[in-house]
Amino acid sequence: MTALKKPKDEMQYILATDVGSTTTKARFFCRKNGEWRFLIAGEAPTTVEAPYEDVTLGVRNAVREVEELTGHKILSPDGSGIIVPYDGKAGVDLYCTTSSAGGGLQMMVAGLIKTMTAESANRAALGAGAIVMDIISRDDERQPFQKIRRIRSLRPDMILVAGGTDGGATAHVVEIIELIKAAEPKPRLGVGYQLPIIYAGNKEIRKQVDEMMGKDFALTIVDNIRPSLEVENTEPARRAVHELFMEHVMSHAPGYTKLMKWTDVDIMPTPAGEGLAMQLIASTFKKNVLGVGLGGATTNVYSIVDGRFVRSVSANLGMSYSVTNVMKEAGVSNIMRWLPFRLEEEEVTSRLSNKMIRPTTIPQTIEDLIVEHSVAREALRLGLNHHKSIATRLKGIQVQRTISDMFEQELEETYIKMMIIDIIAGTGGLLSHAPRRVQSMLILIDAFQPEGVTRMFQDSVFMMPHLGVLSTVYREAAWNIFDKDCLVRLGTVIAPAGIINPGETAMTVELNMPDGSKIKESIGFGEIKRIALSENTEIEAVISPHRGLDVGAGSGHQVEKPVMGGEVGLILDARGRPLQIPQEEAEKKALLLKWFKALDLYPPDKLEELV
Amino acid sequence: MKKKSVEAEKVSKEAHAYTPGLKVKRSMTINKTRRLPIPGEVFVKVGDTVDYNTIVARAQIRGDPEIVKAAIMLGVEAEDLPRYVKKKIDERVSKGEVIAAYNALFGLIKKQVVSPVDGTIESISNVTGQIIVRGLPMPVDVEAYIPGKVIEVMPNEGAVISTNSAFIQGIFGIGGETHGRLRIAVENPQETLSEDLITSEDKGKVLIGGSLVTYEALKKAVEMGVSCIVAGGIRYRDITKFMGTEIGVAITGEEEVGLTLIITEGFGKMNMSQHTFDLLKKFEGYMASVNGATQIRAGVLRPEIIIPHSEASKQSDEDELAMGMQPGTPVRIIRQPYFGAIGKVFRLPVELQKLESESLVRVVEVKLENGEIVTVPRANVEIIEE
Repeated sequence: MTALKKPKDEMQYILATDVGSTTTKARFFCRKNGEWRFLIAGEAPTTVEAPYEDVTLGVRNAVREVEELTGHKILSPDGSGIIVPYDGKAGVDLYCTTSSAGGGLQMMVAGLIKTMTAESANRAALGAGAIVMDIISRDDERQPFQKIRRIRSLRPDMILVAGGTDGGATAHVVEIIELIKAAEPKPRLGVGYQLPIIYAGNKEIRKQVDEMMGKDFALTIVDNIRPSLEVENTEPARRAVHELFMEHVMSHAPGYTKLMKWTDVDIMPTPAGEGLAMQLIASTFKKNVLGVGLGGATTNVYSIVDGRFVRSVSANLGMSYSVTNVMKEAGVSNIMRWLPFRLEEEEVTSRLSNKMIRPTTIPQTIEDLIVEHSVAREALRLGLNHHKSIATRLKGIQVQRTISDMFEQELEETYIKMMIIDIIAGTGGLLSHAPRRVQSMLILIDAFQPEGVTRMFQDSVFMMPHLGVLSTVYREAAWNIFDKDCLVRLGTVIAPAGIINPGETAMTVELNMPDGSKIKESIGFGEIKRIALSENTEIEAVISPHRGLDVGAGSGHQVEKPVMGGEVGLILDARGRPLQIPQEEAEKKALLLKWFKALDLYPPDKLEELV
Repeated sequence: MKKKSVEAEKVSKEAHAYTPGLKVKRSMTINKTRRLPIPGEVFVKVGDTVDYNTIVARAQIRGDPEIVKAAIMLGVEAEDLPRYVKKKIDERVSKGEVIAAYNALFGLIKKQVVSPVDGTIESISNVTGQIIVRGLPMPVDVEAYIPGKVIEVMPNEGAVISTNSAFIQGIFGIGGETHGRLRIAVENPQETLSEDLITSEDKGKVLIGGSLVTYEALKKAVEMGVSCIVAGGIRYRDITKFMGTEIGVAITGEEEVGLTLIITEGFGKMNMSQHTFDLLKKFEGYMASVNGATQIRAGVLRPEIIIPHSEASKQSDEDELAMGMQPGTPVRIIRQPYFGAIGKVFRLPVELQKLESESLVRVVEVKLENGEIVTVPRANVEIIEE
């Protein structure tokens, strides 16, 4: 339970940590001249595994680094935890943490129909920050015995069961309950406790569900996730997931009972904290946001489109533990298409599989860095594809179709269209640690291929989850730090959608610069250009695309829009959408080199050496 | 409050290592916990001597449930099903035995439902019209895996077996627990283990290669019935071909590929560390227990080679929690451009330093075996635990 030790306006210091699967990251904040600011970071390996098996050791090591760097005492001398509140000499006024150690929150979800209640249950679990191990539904094309075998082999932290609208199907929902009960699923952590199950289905059969499951499982019943076909209500289920995460799952993970006593705020799954941070961006700027957390093991994609928040997690797409899985899913040739120099396929596969088995290593050479950046593009591309399959319109509703719709082949499933995305925000080790900001900006552009005019942000030193959890108790402080120290304004990308002949002028952009001057830039199709425009500078841009290209108003139509600068500035990306990379090796290398040089992506002398 | 000023020359006395070192020990006490997945019966007692295949404990895992859509099969309403069921809950049934029947029109319409398996009736539902038949329990045995003495018994769960042995951890493996006699198949740690080095006499053995094991060698080893191959490296394409699938995430041990494979250094051609090679060579002809199971995330499990022997343990089982890097600590560099190089920690500068990649990171200066001093990120070394 949340119990602040000091009134907010008297607070001086805040400590937040994220216990990640590899690294525990401490972030230390303080109030300076009435404003909350980020002060320093400390990191240490996570100690969830043997021989340590106590996460608080890693937390202590990370906090000790903060102590060493600042000289400010935070840890209690007797090892009992964090000194709270600040007593004028030592300690902090608030300590909070997120966690994804030991595989994070792993859930199984079930529903009646794959594309309806099961899909809603999936979205609710993902929104709560879980990794969904499997989705069971009546029509998932598996025989009951196969589903049972699958449930028995999984060891989820909890199960979310949906099914039926209120007053709708009953017998089929009971069938699902019967199937889960018969499979006798066991929890992943600990043996002596009951597996938490959340029922969020047809309210008419709550009593039956309770009779069938109440004895063998820790059952929680919440409001129906799909009270009617037209309505999806994931909030009660999401809240229940968080409560059970603390009560059942965290309390069985090594060292967490201790950590729970240290914190003033409930421990939150890392992706849930990250999701809150993305929502903070959307609510503050009142824009459609596409966010991504590119981690070592997983890739989380978040979208807030017209107020609707959806998160997807690609559990096996990541930059360290899961790096070979990116190679497996994307294909090594897709990774290598981003390399502007020659490297044998065997060398690439060896390097990436060696990264998988030694996941904490970092690139020391430019060559190695470019290889990792290539993998990142593919992990993000696959992550977005996955997200699109989850961010879909509610199915099962009759859709009114107009005559013009009839000419389209079918209704598109996802509502994520890059042209309607106003902001892209990225976080995660690789993006935050990219030595040049333009590197992370181009990685995001190449992977997501924004269209029209899109602002780009990134996390400065990976503290979005920390600020997400902090925002639940102290929004002003969280936003203060977020705005000033976390959210790096990379700049804006202007990218026309469509393809025309190479060499033709793709667009002309007129910029009214802050000093009153006007800049007119024409850019040929296939080119990319960077224009310096400092942070917090907003200027008016008149963009005139070539016929066949669209920047938001239709083919060849001019758009006038304000654009914001940033650490990178403006990127005029006339490489076309979808982005075309030549198949022919020499042509590809030359083109990549041209793009990289145009943006000053890597040190030019080193790049030349490699090529 | 100000950030403490850091002088250029300031160095750490000790730093934690991001990548835990792999153990290569000549003699240590190994205690293996052998535990059932669910409670069962333990067959050994403290003080017993066990061998590789001794069954330590056995559990009966509940059988799979079979769902029988009885109401539909009989053509009756779900709520009426209980009237037609011939068995009671918990009653034992045999495969093919009638469990529900429906007669109408003076016996002109006869419908029957039979049990799909041997088992017991678990539930009869008047909501779904389904009968669940629980299959018979299946026994699951846990073997000793290593020879030694039972030092602890966990009632209904299993036992701890203790033995004195050499212990070597690999970096990656596939395949589960097995054992066999050690044979060094190569002359030195630089040599490749190729198919011509494997003969029919290697059946049941644990073969030690040098820098690389080829796909052809793995195939031949399976044909010859080799228990396990240990080598410095393997090519990604070879292991993919051998397994028939690409490795996604490193959670292994369940593969059924005909043998257990343990890689000690990494992917690609990589010389086995001289220390590991020498230790294995010293124990050539000894029996060894091996396990390829690897799990890098959430539970760091590395493949292992356990060679029981009677030589007294020279080292105390030091406190592993205290391990950190200090000047003089032997380390291996585990990333380009010095991948595989071995040396000793020379200095641990506190100040962040800029790498060729332009990243600002904490570094360690390592004095290589040839005397050269190189600077690498602290994250790119692992401690050699000897």
